[in-house]
Amino acid sequence: MASPISLRANRTLEFITTTLAILELEARKLKHDPSELVSRAIQPLLWLLIFGNVFSRMKGIPTGGTPYLDFMAPGILAQSVLFMAIFYGISSIRERDTGIIVRFLVSPAPRTALVLGKALAAGMRALSQTVIVYVVVMLMGVHLNPSPVAHLGVLILVLLGAAFFSLFSLLVASLAKTQERFMGIGQLMTMPLFFASSALYPISMMPGWLQVVSHANPLTYQVDAMRTLMLQGQVSAYGLSTDFCVLGSASIAMVVVAGRVYSSIIN
Amino acid sequence: MKIAFLEPDKPVSGPVIRTSSLSRKFEKLSAVEDLSIEVHRGEIFGLLGSNGAGKSTLIKMLTTLMPPTSGTATVAGFDLQRQSSQVRRHIGYVPQMSSVDGSLSARENMEVFAKLYSLTKEELKTRIPEALSHSRLTDVADNLVRTYSGGMGRHLEIAISTLHRPDLLFLDEPTSGLDPVARASVWERIEQLRKDFGMTIFLTTHYMEEAEDLCNRIAIMHKGKVAAIGTPTELKSGIGTSNATLDQVFIHYSGPESS
Repeated sequence: MASPISLRANRTLEFITTTLAILELEARKLKHDPSELVSRAIQPLLWLLIFGNVFSRMKGIPTGGTPYLDFMAPGILAQSVLFMAIFYGISSIRERDTGIIVRFLVSPAPRTALVLGKALAAGMRALSQTVIVYVVVMLMGVHLNPSPVAHLGVLILVLLGAAFFSLFSLLVASLAKTQERFMGIGQLMTMPLFFASSALYPISMMPGWLQVVSHANPLTYQVDAMRTLMLQGQVSAYGLSTDFCVLGSASIAMVVVAGRVYSSIIN
Repeated sequence: MKIAFLEPDKPVSGPVIRTSSLSRKFEKLSAVEDLSIEVHRGEIFGLLGSNGAGKSTLIKMLTTLMPPTSGTATVAGFDLQRQSSQVRRHIGYVPQMSSVDGSLSARENMEVFAKLYSLTKEELKTRIPEALSHSRLTDVADNLVRTYSGGMGRHLEIAISTLHRPDLLFLDEPTSGLDPVARASVWERIEQLRKDFGMTIFLTTHYMEEAEDLCNRIAIMHKGKVAAIGTPTELKSGIGTSNATLDQVFIHYSGPESS
């Protein structure tokens, strides 16, 4: 008979194995058909080249002396991760419609491990976007932070952002249950999340009520920390530790909540 | 003893499924009502019933996918609600819909889904080639599953659902939409699984000859209740018609006049 301690070790191991199994499933899908990664890379590219170039000619945005292209680069990275993640739940609706999700749910895999695996898979997609954005902003002459550790921090923020928003999406998918309803809600969520953040302009430019809203938006903290770490000579508005704490605890809370709600997607 | 409750491989005896007054209501509709049945270890048990009789709801409850609104059940020796993760460890389920990923190969599907059951590398190494060969999929193991025929897909799903050697395998209409050759090969596989591993099989079907040839015992569900249960022979002699067929039995219990 197994002792409670070795049983706990077994459970931890099982949690990790099943989380990685979901990640592996997604990685193998991308390996068979990587076209999704390419098409995802194009959107941030267009934002930077078109929107960025036009708006950097407009001198009215108070970026505190930072060139506008520099200012928006971390915002566009955060945005492209957000857009990918916020629609990620639709793949779970597809899995519900095909019946694959039933196979996840009748397995002994803990629900939280299943959703964490999904979150990591969203992170994997976000990494490819990060590579593209970095290549483009370097070519465009954005003044990057010389410290490699800072960019490691950016990477962690990208993964946390991908996890939080993809799980939020999974939560919405579990409740919406159909692609049509989900797409409607997804479109509805994207705009306020993106524009009520400091991705494209500083929060100080917003009217008072919108400033309040933006402080409840995890993207605000994500962009603040990413801007601080990605660029040279930036000062964080809320402090890096606040940013990481907000995003980290929001992501953990989302794993727990999504894990509880996930199975209701099939009923 | 508290620890036995946590022990993953608790030895089990007695019926593999025992439900008592199991019920599921959807608002006013009773999909499954006050259902008490036993399924014996090692038998092939068939669940018949017209569409909407409550078969799918019963299977969803027994596979832990949907909680009952009242009543209790033990599955593979574990309490359905309090020990649902233990139940999941000991059952396999092939849903009616295709539940494998068409954008991956058969081998990849097997490898990934086996990991959800925490099978060891050694187990994977022996069981996957073995399952592929039993399912006659060895030659196409690395092709994408979306290129498979219906029969091949079905075999793959059965193979994946039994890699962890469940005590009990649920099959929801395993042969619907298959040609006669593919159906016969699925039946053969089901028989083989019972023979090789002593697996109990719980299946639903709309094909009476399938139920008759394959199943040791049959339950006919009607309006959320078990209208009749027994061996095919018992059921046929139980409706008061001489030389009754199972079709007649089915109509007797599920026809428009039955209530």
